[in-house]
Amino acid sequence: MKYYDKLIFECSKEGRRGYSLPENAFPAAGELPVALRRQAPLNLPEVSEPDVVRHYTNLSQMNFGVDTGFYPLGSCTMKYNPKINEEMAALPGFAGLHPLMPARLTEGACKVYEEMDKALAAITGMYKFTFAPCAGAHGELTGLMLMRQYHVNRGDLKRTKVIVPDSAHGTNPASAAVCGLEVVEVKSLENGRIDVEALKPLLTDEIAGIMMTNPNTLGLFETEIKSIAALVHAAGGLLYYDGANMNPLMGVVRPGDMGFDIMHLNLHKTFSTPHGGGGPGSGPVGVAQKLVDCLPGIRVSAFHGNFGVILRAYAYILSLGREHLRKVGEYAVLSANYIKESLKDVYKLPIEGVCKHEFVFDGLINDGAHDDVPGATTLDVAKRLLDYGFHAPTIYFPLLFHQALMIEPTETESKETIDAFIAVMRKIAEEAARDPNILHEAPHNTPISRPDETTAARNPILKYQEN
Amino acid sequence: MSKIIEGLKYSESHEWVKVEGNIAYIGVTDFAQKEMGDITYVDMPEEGDDVLAGEEFGALESVKASSELICPVSGTVILANGELADAPEKVNEDAYSAWIIKVEMSLPSELDALMDADAYKAYIGE
Amino acid sequence: MLDKIGVKKLEDLYSDVPAEFLHKGAYALPPAMSEQEIRDCFASLEAMNAHLKVFVGAGAYDHYTPAVIPYLCSRSEFLTAYTPYQCEISQGTLRYIFEYQSLICSLTGLDVSNASLYDGPTAAAEAMKMAVACTRKKPRVLLSKGLLPHVIEVVETYARFHGVEIGYVPVMNGQTCPNCLKAELAKDDVAGVIVPSINRYGIVEDHTGFADAVHAEKGLLVEYCDPSALAVVKTPGEWDADIAVGDGQPLGLPLSYGGPYVGFMAVKKEHMRKMPGRIVGQTVDKDGRRVFVLTLQAREQHIKREKATSNICSNESLMALWVTIYLSLMGPEGLKEVNRLSCDGAHYLYAELLKTGCFEEVFPGKPFLKEFVLKPKQAGMQERLEKAGFFAALPTEEGYVSFCVTEKRTKAEIDALVKAVKEG
Repeated sequence: MKYYDKLIFECSKEGRRGYSLPENAFPAAGELPVALRRQAPLNLPEVSEPDVVRHYTNLSQMNFGVDTGFYPLGSCTMKYNPKINEEMAALPGFAGLHPLMPARLTEGACKVYEEMDKALAAITGMYKFTFAPCAGAHGELTGLMLMRQYHVNRGDLKRTKVIVPDSAHGTNPASAAVCGLEVVEVKSLENGRIDVEALKPLLTDEIAGIMMTNPNTLGLFETEIKSIAALVHAAGGLLYYDGANMNPLMGVVRPGDMGFDIMHLNLHKTFSTPHGGGGPGSGPVGVAQKLVDCLPGIRVSAFHGNFGVILRAYAYILSLGREHLRKVGEYAVLSANYIKESLKDVYKLPIEGVCKHEFVFDGLINDGAHDDVPGATTLDVAKRLLDYGFHAPTIYFPLLFHQALMIEPTETESKETIDAFIAVMRKIAEEAARDPNILHEAPHNTPISRPDETTAARNPILKYQEN
Repeated sequence: MSKIIEGLKYSESHEWVKVEGNIAYIGVTDFAQKEMGDITYVDMPEEGDDVLAGEEFGALESVKASSELICPVSGTVILANGELADAPEKVNEDAYSAWIIKVEMSLPSELDALMDADAYKAYIGE
Repeated sequence: MLDKIGVKKLEDLYSDVPAEFLHKGAYALPPAMSEQEIRDCFASLEAMNAHLKVFVGAGAYDHYTPAVIPYLCSRSEFLTAYTPYQCEISQGTLRYIFEYQSLICSLTGLDVSNASLYDGPTAAAEAMKMAVACTRKKPRVLLSKGLLPHVIEVVETYARFHGVEIGYVPVMNGQTCPNCLKAELAKDDVAGVIVPSINRYGIVEDHTGFADAVHAEKGLLVEYCDPSALAVVKTPGEWDADIAVGDGQPLGLPLSYGGPYVGFMAVKKEHMRKMPGRIVGQTVDKDGRRVFVLTLQAREQHIKREKATSNICSNESLMALWVTIYLSLMGPEGLKEVNRLSCDGAHYLYAELLKTGCFEEVFPGKPFLKEFVLKPKQAGMQERLEKAGFFAALPTEEGYVSFCVTEKRTKAEIDALVKAVKEG
């Protein structure tokens, strides 16, 4: 990767054209009344097509994606994105469909939704899916709306609180707040699992339900799920399953069978659609049969959700089929446990035992701190990994450990890639023990060095200003 | 060692109070600013807003964290320190001159529940 | 690998799962397909859809996509990256988002844009929540009945659960009624008002006096806009609005049966810290180079949890790139020309349809760009045009039918559509 410093505005030259439009064959319609017309100058760049192509090609070369290399970002499931899916989603017969076309004109698209509904129901054990949510957090919000609606429909209006584990991703409490629910935190045990004894007293008649990820944010299966489900249901609440960690359960365990009533899936994680630099994703929400009546009347996005993403996920499911679904979960878990066991003598493993698709280290065992030289932190390890051509794991999450380093390899990496990653992680641990300054100053080989984030936040520059 | 000033009152959530008659100046302690690191923004109430002892009245933000400001006394905000809007780093530079709000107290007896310098020193264990 | 882990077989990796939850038997899925079979399967699905010339807008517009955009957006360095957490190897994403933010500010005439939201209606819902958070007032927000129906429905859904009361401002004579707005404002404590720059009838609205009226009640004015049309119509900045939202789809995004699209939001500087979503800012690295980072993150859910400005923790990044490249290619002249062509084509269609005698005017003389409504004299217009190969004459709640013309529609296509109307 090399540093490239231009912004598109700096490629602009007055009078340059990058577009080609047909001749105007119509009589002139006249102008808008002056009071309704834009008077402000329109500061868009003026660039030729080759300039645009070069500029964005140069920008792309400062980026790292799954196609560039190993991307073990915990909780994000950065698996390989099959290319046939891209081609299928771009077919003109799908890309040209207007969202307000009636079903009689869109039978192919409707069929895709039907088949996806059936497939996701089979994979998860839920009854029915809505495809409107555009992302995981959007799915959470939709799922919580359905949870509230369920209680309202039963005439139970006092259930305005939702239980969220203290280890949960920040979107869980944030989605609850947007949905008008009060968050009640339940503590984790030292082994990272929900404290069932701490949960019991929280289960009042004001509880709408509980949000859980299983495996949880430490990559551990919630072994007490059966009793948790029984307790919550007995108290009149519902169980919400955050599908962020669904990957290890693919083909092995179904959330519906564990007692979950509502869940979302991240098609951009578990179902291999590309993350696109942060989106578009898709967060379909599945419900148990008793919640089906709550679906109408909850409209959370423009039309039918991110159809283009749903097409990609459908192609992925067809390529897996019933034969290969189980390989997804098993190989994801195999890779994670193999890395964990191969590194736990140099990185602190707070919780022993088999993990699922990911696990968390709590920093280096020997961080190299000596005299007045501070030890290497998790941030330093992450930045040093970039020098060796790997993306960093998720860092400083979950908050249960100060030096959290969360690693998720996924099932699509070869043993050779994983061994290379292990070798580099060990090398970094050796470097830290020898001279932590090598890590403090990392990265050394990337297009830029560490940024001044404090100045960025104190004096925000959020748009281009000429000189 | 964090700086602690004699004669101020301190809360468990690390705010200090300087009392002038019925008026209280409120800021955060040197200990608190060190814990936060580089402060990038101070979220403050507006003049005329009512504040309640024990309730949130704003927040300190750094790049990776946000910390609530808890009001040690009840009353009405008569001034918020506008200087901090443009220069939040003043809280890092001198936490005791960078007062955040000036409050007209409605219940000055609430001050009795706060710590003095010695008690606060023991509280933070330095 | 199993030896290293100390287990004998793959199933042992699930020894922590209670046996009753391990799925037994086959999953009810189709058998696996090869790449070739997938291609065949999708070809047959695709063939089940109708292939019609699109003459409908109503929130999704069939503008032309230059070839450069899908070509560049499919580069895997853009496509297969995630949120730019590690900025040292994400400067590509961070730079185009910064460019996107700058372009959205330029189009809307406002100070600060975020890195994008899911779509237009959710952006409007976020604006509703933001108005409540900024004004710290009683949560009541007014919606113009001129907003597109799906925008109203999504905002209503969010409002119902978020605990926001919704009031309505009716449309009179084809535009959001100023006197009704004032009456609603006088009634109660209003946190914000959302009005369409171009309404559901395609009419360019006059918002003279709206901002003053809303600001006098200490509320925020939100303009819902078509960003493509902002090249020619008065901007939210010029109307003195506090927030601009809308869908970026008209900026060259394929219709794609409704998504993925991209919501945009721009605000006045004083509301910057209450804005939802990712924001990219400029700074320098240790070596003094200009670099870009995610910034103002203390607003966001991973730090503030339930006190965050929103639960959103991503953006529609790739679609923001799509929009950025579109605007770079079009430039100021191209975007104005797109509006010129669409507007001239739409006015031509409007005149020709009236000549057929099959329609009555609904809002004579009202200014419109690419979209308009007419009242049909007979029922079944949409179905009739379908048979002739057109998706057109979309029925509205009021019994009108709506048409839209973009630069993609040729004069020959319009003439053929008019002919199909005449031939009944």
